[in-house]
Amino acid sequence: MEKLETIKDYKNRIDNALENQFLRSAMDKFAVAYRESRKNAFAGIDTDALIAEVAEIKRNAIKNNDKLFEEFKSVAQKNGVHIHLAATAKEANEIIAKIAKDTASQKIIKSKSMTAEEIHLNKWLENEGLEVTETDLGEWIVQLRHEGPSHMVMPAIHLSRFQVAELFSGVTGKEQDAEIERLVKVARKELREKFVKADMGITGANFVIADTGTIGLVSNEGNARLVTTLPKVHVVLAGIDKLVPTIKDALTIAKVLPRNATGQKLTSYVTWITGPSEYLGDNNQNLDSSAKYPSNFTKSDSKNAAISLNSESGSNKREMHIVLLDNGRLKIASDPDFAQILQCVRCGACANVCPVYRMVGGHTLGYIYIGAIGLITTYFFHGAENAKNLVQNCTNCGACKAVCAAGIDLPRLIKEVHTKIQDEHGHPLKSLMLGRVLKDRKMFHALLRIASVAQKPFITTQNTSDKDSSLKRVCAEESFYLRHLPLIFFKEHNFRTLPAITKVPFRDRWKSEKWQSENFGSSKINTKQDKKLNSKQIRIGIFSGCVQDFVYPEQLEAGIKVINKINLDNPDIDIKLEFPMGQSCCGLPALMMGEKDAAADVAVQNVNAFNEYELDYIVTLCASCASHLKHAVPKLVKSNKADEFAQKVIPFSQFINRMLIQQPDIIDKKIDKKIELKFNNKANINKKVTWHSPCHLCRGLGIKDDPKQLIKATGNTFIPAKEEETCCGFGGSFSANFPAISREILTRKLDDVENTGADLLVTECPGCVMQLRGGALNQNRKFKVVHLAELLADI
Amino acid sequence: MNPTNIISEFKEKASLVSAVIHEADTIEDAFSIALSLCKKNFIIASPQLDNSALPLLEKLCIENGITLLKDNLRKYTNGIDMGITFADFGIAETGTIVVNSDSEDKRLSTMISEIHVALLYKSNIKATAFDMADELSALTSRASSYTAFITGPSRTADIERVLAIGVHGPLALHVIIIAA
Repeated sequence: MEKLETIKDYKNRIDNALENQFLRSAMDKFAVAYRESRKNAFAGIDTDALIAEVAEIKRNAIKNNDKLFEEFKSVAQKNGVHIHLAATAKEANEIIAKIAKDTASQKIIKSKSMTAEEIHLNKWLENEGLEVTETDLGEWIVQLRHEGPSHMVMPAIHLSRFQVAELFSGVTGKEQDAEIERLVKVARKELREKFVKADMGITGANFVIADTGTIGLVSNEGNARLVTTLPKVHVVLAGIDKLVPTIKDALTIAKVLPRNATGQKLTSYVTWITGPSEYLGDNNQNLDSSAKYPSNFTKSDSKNAAISLNSESGSNKREMHIVLLDNGRLKIASDPDFAQILQCVRCGACANVCPVYRMVGGHTLGYIYIGAIGLITTYFFHGAENAKNLVQNCTNCGACKAVCAAGIDLPRLIKEVHTKIQDEHGHPLKSLMLGRVLKDRKMFHALLRIASVAQKPFITTQNTSDKDSSLKRVCAEESFYLRHLPLIFFKEHNFRTLPAITKVPFRDRWKSEKWQSENFGSSKINTKQDKKLNSKQIRIGIFSGCVQDFVYPEQLEAGIKVINKINLDNPDIDIKLEFPMGQSCCGLPALMMGEKDAAADVAVQNVNAFNEYELDYIVTLCASCASHLKHAVPKLVKSNKADEFAQKVIPFSQFINRMLIQQPDIIDKKIDKKIELKFNNKANINKKVTWHSPCHLCRGLGIKDDPKQLIKATGNTFIPAKEEETCCGFGGSFSANFPAISREILTRKLDDVENTGADLLVTECPGCVMQLRGGALNQNRKFKVVHLAELLADI
Repeated sequence: MNPTNIISEFKEKASLVSAVIHEADTIEDAFSIALSLCKKNFIIASPQLDNSALPLLEKLCIENGITLLKDNLRKYTNGIDMGITFADFGIAETGTIVVNSDSEDKRLSTMISEIHVALLYKSNIKATAFDMADELSALTSRASSYTAFITGPSRTADIERVLAIGVHGPLALHVIIIAA
């Protein structure tokens, strides 16, 4: 057995991947090109509806798996197929090795199958003394290199033409040019020989169709067709999750699979095979005679004779075996939460859009299965030991979920697996402590206060303020940074300048009367003075989140200033603000570190804290908090109170935009008069402004346009950045666990921003601000990073 | 979608995936087009032709000095210059042809030929795969059925994601749409 990899080994592999310049550039080009070709492939199609349909088909198929299996088995056996059900990987390997032995097959050809990779089939067969040749070009390349695929659909995407040329030169014993067309022809020639001489062909199956006993194979190169036609024996290996009721279901999945995988409307070949097909080759003595088949299995159905172009070709059929693999799938199917991972159609799109995959490639972001789905299935198919490092390598950006062909909630399930592994194998001290501390809000806050004093020797007042900027207030606040990091951090974390913990957290400011009067002045936001008697009251609870409470209180102050100004400008409404003191961390950091218990604990605390007030809305200026409170809290707490709480949560930009621009259906309060925010400081409207969309805002909450509409409303020039919805690489504890990847994702992001020529980068999440501002400072970038509230407050 | 649109969409989508489209009035015309794509000494395979079509092709092959194989294609796995087969259906949405090839020889003629020429009756072109789901279900519910959706020639992008045509299957696909 292989030596198990430590987290340190894993990080070394990551560093190597990050230094591989060819890989980096190949991955980067692919990430950009994929997005475009996928978009084109889905043009004119209601993608969400199609994905929902696929999810529904697969969900039901998994629910009825045993029934579908029985139906398939009975039809396929009638057709003359040998059906095997393998409980484990080992069993499947043994079955296939035995088929090879019984049929005296020595030379085996394969078309691409992730399921065969899952059970390490090649290794098993080779140990049995059999010759196994992969015939998919990419698979053949990686097989010759004795490595695994680095993508589920494009196995050799990590390699250059020069590496392939060198490899093929070795195989053919002849110098090969690094010209792709010619290299493909080399494979055609070399492998044709293998096809002809093979005794047995092994394929996977994209679909196993119950009612007709048919398998469906999706491919581009044409190798799967030769594998199923030339050898006398055909063995199919497929997970039991590939069962679907009818060919119509398969066609629906086939509509999404190639579009999502490679941006093709359809692959070159989709092959439907029902039972052993005609075989006219040398029926040598070793082959099983057809005596073991039912006597009627070759007769074609006379009812369909009109369609059939087939001749009465007699009894020359190949031997066909279908091995359906469980390997833990039935157990997963019975889990109400994890059953959905069996909806996966293996398109690989979750890797295609993953910001981490883009930096490190598939060998580093997968064990066998690659990308987001691999982070989850590795635990189930290959054990916690192989999954425990891998599962942490996720920024929780949600790009995978947004692209998944089968609607799987991948980011959440990754965290569930992380928790599961820690529950079973022990929680690391760091995450255990975080969990403990978070559960006790007072202790947590006390520690933060101590830290604000303890960090003093490390603080610098790096002057970043642009003297001419009218954003002085912002810059004055931002000028405290950790000069160098305390020793618990290492050099690798210095890729961004981290902010210091504030001396006076927001919650203390809120309590101070002086602060109240400074910020609300005579308007007294918490009273009804100066308002019309019939003004509509809007009651808002502010959820601060830890980062804004203890690091960036000025962002909350700015947000409150904006709300306050709206309140002043519009006598028809009366905004009442509350800041429940019992509120704590939203719980997302705990979940990110696999501390689900602690996350549930703080969720209850927050629901209770806000439940003490009558509120119309719970506004938060942190997109990650907003998305977590809205989607995760109801799942963690499971109560009506939590559902009501979640419903009220609204991110700052959406709240303000609804009030100002979309106009108020706001809180169903039917305010007749137009609500306005009068921007009175014109000094700031000549800026070029660009936008970074926090992952948890655009994908977590589906809010894409509100912040941009607000930016445009300020009168500044809005210049969109490339890939504004791509993750900045923060991801909470992700950036602490994998600083090298975080740094590289960040640098790409900063490049895109700088290319706009913008003066200001606006975003709406304190985590993104911390990452982006810290990186911009560290890399001496030409723009400033502010929270949307700060932009609006300053105008 | 009306029939004319279906045909033009089929032509457009098939061309996008590097299939070459021709049109013919009759089977005889179609064979002439196929033969016009041949070079001297070509070997053609066309198994499973019926008694009305076969003599037409045989005549053309003799006239042009071309060898016509009807069976035993397994002996020619090093390559055949051209395979001519009928397609059962066309799918306009994706430019796909559907070829039922239960016969091994027919199957091989679509796999090991350098050029695959598919003959497709206009009336068999459907808007989407779902418009032939019942027929497809009938085709595939017979034992020993082997049916292929073919969309353009064989292709790969496995090296540096650069598209290369002609890996293990045909290097070119011609579809001749027959009016009658």
